[in-house]
Amino acid sequence: MAHGDTVPMPEAQARRAGGIASLLRSQMRNIAPFLTLIFLTAFFAVASPSFATLDNVGNILTQVSVTGIIAVGLTFVILCAEIDLSIAAIANVTGIAVAYFTLQESYVNIANVPMPGFAAILLALALCALLGVVNAFGLTVIGIPSFIMTLAMMQIAAGISAMLVRGQIAYKVPPLITTLGSGSIAGIPWIVIVAALMLLLGHLVLTYTRFGRYVYMVGGNREAAEYSGLNVKLILGSVMVISAVCSGIGGMLGVAHFGSAQQNEFDTYLLDSIAAVVVGGTSLFGGRGGIGNTIVGLFVLGVLNNGLDHVNIDSFLKILIRGLILLAALVINVYAQRLRAKAAD
Amino acid sequence: MSDSRPPLLELQDITKSFGGVTALRGVDFTLRPGEIHGLVGENGAGKSTLMKIIAGVHTGFSGRFLLDGREVHFNSARDARAAGIAMVHQELSVAPDLTVAENVFLGNQPTNALGIVQWRRMAREAAEQLKRLGIDADPMSRLGDLPIGLQQLIEIARVLFSGARIIILDEPTSALSPPEVERLFAALRKLREQGTGIIFISHFIEDILLISDEVTVFRNGRKIMETRAADTSKAALIEAMIGKGRDALEDSYTHDITLPAPPTDKPVVVEADRLSLARNLKQVSFSVYAGEVLGIYGFMGCGQLELARILFGKLAPDAGQLRVSGEPNRFKSTADARRAGIAFVPESRRDMLFLQEPVYKNVSISILDRINAVLLKPARERALAERQVEQLQIRPADVEIDLGLLSGGNQQKVALAKWLSHPPRLLVLCEPTRGMDVGAKSDVIQIVRQLRDKGIAVIVMSTEPETVLSLADRVIVLKRGEVVREFAGETISKDRLLEAA
Ligand SMILES: Nc1ncnc2c1ncn2[C@@H]1O[C@H](COP(=O)(O)OP(=O)(O)O)[C@@H](O)[C@H]1O
Ligand SMILES: [Mg+2]
Repeated sequence: MAHGDTVPMPEAQARRAGGIASLLRSQMRNIAPFLTLIFLTAFFAVASPSFATLDNVGNILTQVSVTGIIAVGLTFVILCAEIDLSIAAIANVTGIAVAYFTLQESYVNIANVPMPGFAAILLALALCALLGVVNAFGLTVIGIPSFIMTLAMMQIAAGISAMLVRGQIAYKVPPLITTLGSGSIAGIPWIVIVAALMLLLGHLVLTYTRFGRYVYMVGGNREAAEYSGLNVKLILGSVMVISAVCSGIGGMLGVAHFGSAQQNEFDTYLLDSIAAVVVGGTSLFGGRGGIGNTIVGLFVLGVLNNGLDHVNIDSFLKILIRGLILLAALVINVYAQRLRAKAAD
Repeated sequence: MSDSRPPLLELQDITKSFGGVTALRGVDFTLRPGEIHGLVGENGAGKSTLMKIIAGVHTGFSGRFLLDGREVHFNSARDARAAGIAMVHQELSVAPDLTVAENVFLGNQPTNALGIVQWRRMAREAAEQLKRLGIDADPMSRLGDLPIGLQQLIEIARVLFSGARIIILDEPTSALSPPEVERLFAALRKLREQGTGIIFISHFIEDILLISDEVTVFRNGRKIMETRAADTSKAALIEAMIGKGRDALEDSYTHDITLPAPPTDKPVVVEADRLSLARNLKQVSFSVYAGEVLGIYGFMGCGQLELARILFGKLAPDAGQLRVSGEPNRFKSTADARRAGIAFVPESRRDMLFLQEPVYKNVSISILDRINAVLLKPARERALAERQVEQLQIRPADVEIDLGLLSGGNQQKVALAKWLSHPPRLLVLCEPTRGMDVGAKSDVIQIVRQLRDKGIAVIVMSTEPETVLSLADRVIVLKRGEVVREFAGETISKDRLLEAA
């Protein structure tokens, strides 16, 4: 190899030196959500004296915890350029299942199968993992697009929930779940700690493990991942199971947090979780973003929801505003993708 | 067919450049009514460019363009269609999400007085037209669900029955089976009787000689020869195409190369035993030995792409067996193939590279499991990548920059580098030097030779004879999914290779 094109690529150097403009452009998906968060926080802090208090910060943290736990798994899925629409339904059915296997008070009129606490928890976890495996099977083996597969799973999980509670409400869950969902230690709610730990774990897995790298690579260019000899189906299947298990954990703690288990209890969490991930800047096209983005997204939504309660605003308008913020985030998400694609060409 | 009739189409002194590349230089071309005009030339000779000018795709060129003796200026492909010119492009240009019937009538669906599409009529007429080409496809099925060859036929059907007076077919037969080619030819002859002018481009010289009245040869953007098909031969056309002895640049490739005897004393690394796949491969068998480069040559659509994907576990054969070191192996995924020691570089770099990721992540992706089962070791990754970057002279020598910022030749080297940190047993390379400058090409040749000398088995697949000739120790020729010739331990040259294909 006496020669080679030894002249360094001039545009590569230019791009490297190419300064702040191009850095900003390529980092747009990280910067925009962060600016949104700062802006919203500042806005509500000025608009309402009760917003920027320590108590309220605690409120916000607690309010985003269940969404946060569910969003950990969803972040994996979206990083792979897939989607999971069954997260809320799986959260719901897992929460109901753990109550179903716990002895309820006599006035609760459901076909209750009491078990020791740890068994109830394990069975509930097995259920959500199983539903995740079904999602994975449909997506990777049969080849059903995740959008459709998880839509079907949403119905299936809702159906199982309905069969288990039959329109009733259950209240009791194993003591461990009760503690983690509604207890607190040194003034910090356990559910916030669990959410923080799960987000941390998700971040560590995505950043420091081989599996995490594969998730990014599969999301970045699935074809290339396959031609690099990665088992793409196994990776896609795994993220679907991770998503279902995170949803299940969120569901169990959520039930304890709300104090009851019933049908359709988690419906709003589907949109909230997707919004958290996407608003945070994780690319809908896969391969870009991560748990850090999801955390910012969670806070944007949390501050928005909480802040709107602190200012005097029509509650119907509130829904519209949330929709508009989500739309803006989607526009930025798609736009950031295009900017990056252009930068790479 | 009489030459006294005024030409349908006359091009005079056409020159066309793309940036710095001159694709056509002062080309004259004439098409008469009721004439099938064959066009041959090597890849890049400018055939498609001339056809795209005729079809109104390229509008910026110099020279005169006469239709029925009058000068015309097309501003778009639509203008050309309105003037009665229809073209089947080399690259499939069907609408995969529409139905077969919609594709057949693309752009001129039958409508009633209110402008509403008459579905039933469209389906019926589509089925009739397809039957004339011997195609038996449900007009209401989604086109994208059909095999590529069938899609190609349906696109041909659309053009043939569009009522155009000038029909251009740019390499339409590469994905077709012999009976399909025959039916196509029958349809072309019928159109010829009706006075349609047809331009037919193909790499299959026999087909050209069989169907054409007139044959034109292109080389390097120039028209080299025009002759009546009856007055020429395959050998004469091939010689005109590659310019034997005349073109200094091509000269080296027309020399005879003597291939070494196959290393039958070495172990067989991979053995293909009667591999078959749908329309693409028929009972393909071959062995590749440790420490040899096996070249697989054939025209586009000969089944190379599919064969390569079977070797790497991306496609499963319908029949036949793949044996790795003597043991039958059915790969369920590309990961299985990789673990069995097979490495693959597809023909399109973008398909195997992560352009938005840094170079080192591209280099390490296939060996992460050998570095550590669970955790990433970025320092090890960078060190490995740096060693490859240095050995392969990848420029710029920076493993942190995004791969998309490297030049094409350097990206191609990265595609190779990812398999070299842990050398495979079999390396399958598709079009390893396509689009590279001379320096990068000879680098790649060096790398492949070094790997071979280390005892790795290499398969090089290409549609360019030069690539195969410059790399291979032994060559097999694929034609329409079948192995038609093996060159081993004998002399070989470009024209003999082309002859065989
Ligand atoms: N759109 C284009 N942009 C730049 N170069 C082109 C383009 N199309 C063709 N070329 C170049 O023009 C030359 C002739 O190409 P083409 O007409 O496709 O050859 P053929 O069809 O005979 O194989 C080649 O060198 C090719 O790289
Ligand atoms: Mg061409």
